[in-house]
Amino acid sequence: MSNLNAPNSPFVPFSPNPSIQSGVPTATPPLSASKPAQLGSSNLRYASSRKSIYDRHLNRTQRSELSKASFAFLFGEMIQYAQKQVSGIQDLEKKLNIQGYAIGQRLLELLLYREGRSAKRETRVLGILQFIAQTLYRHLFGKPADGLEKSREHEDEYMLIDHDPVVNSHISVPKEMSQLNCAAFVAGIIEAVLDGSLFPCRVTAHSVFSEQFPSKTVFLIKFEESVLEREAVLQ
Amino acid sequence: MSFYFAIIGTKDNPIYECEFGTSKQGGDGIARWPEDQRPMNQFILHSALDIVEEVQWVQRELYLKTVDRFNNLMVSCFLSAGNIKFLLLHDTKIEDPIRQFFTDVHEVYIKTLMNPFYEVDMRITSMVFDARVRAAAKKYL
Repeated sequence: MSNLNAPNSPFVPFSPNPSIQSGVPTATPPLSASKPAQLGSSNLRYASSRKSIYDRHLNRTQRSELSKASFAFLFGEMIQYAQKQVSGIQDLEKKLNIQGYAIGQRLLELLLYREGRSAKRETRVLGILQFIAQTLYRHLFGKPADGLEKSREHEDEYMLIDHDPVVNSHISVPKEMSQLNCAAFVAGIIEAVLDGSLFPCRVTAHSVFSEQFPSKTVFLIKFEESVLEREAVLQ
Repeated sequence: MSFYFAIIGTKDNPIYECEFGTSKQGGDGIARWPEDQRPMNQFILHSALDIVEEVQWVQRELYLKTVDRFNNLMVSCFLSAGNIKFLLLHDTKIEDPIRQFFTDVHEVYIKTLMNPFYEVDMRITSMVFDARVRAAAKKYL
């Protein structure tokens, strides 16, 4: 006589769930509930700490700061890397812009999340520009932007002014490349934030001569026509 | 009570979807959509996108509450800063649990986004993400 409760009984189907395997007649767990656990144990590879990106808290690095020297080294390498792949200054600025773009997309979500329950999406041009000049700039560089101006000649252009961009502080541009401004990286971050909030635009960084601030940089923000049309409707 | 949940990217492309049932009042967390209703769910959420695009410029909240109705079904929407739409199809009017569910999923989504190998609008295939969404559903809905 074979015992039904024996672990190798043919009447008990094999299951990864040990409570069933032991032969105790329990309700079969729903398929969908048991599937992820089954796959998770076999197919997933974990870091040695057994922690994934989902186990980290989003607010932990909120106030942490980065050494300026290490950033300068990293940024220098990033420019060198980009320079190897391009032929002209415009191409180089575009590469830097793209590198910043990925950061901007993430920062937009993260910064609004950190505002907590009072978080509001920006629906107006002035609102999102204020967000960039205050919240984003404070997070990146620890100070608000030095100025925000509307262009007098063009309706669709705004200027964000930084008297001394941190990213340029250890960069000396050679004479033959005087057009280059490596703050194109920051321009990419700004462009991503604006694009992500549905204000499609182009952002470019320009060096502006000034006696008082030798590395003064102006970010020229040129919105697409659709943004101005919507702004007129919302008003 | 059954739910159908989808995350829609910035180009109106679905990046994640799942369905589940209620776990409150002795529910077992399994969706019980009639077989002919299941393909309709995707259509209903898709058609709600037009209304979301109208509402999002009037309301500045992230949680837009119920935006659309179809027969006895309701579509609730949560819009992230980067214009990622979280849509939930449900058949009973419950506001606060859905808000809490969305808040949790939003947090898990941002964690996905923090992964440097993930780009905006990419499909989310992480099983940890899936498990976290189902856990949030079990906790609140």
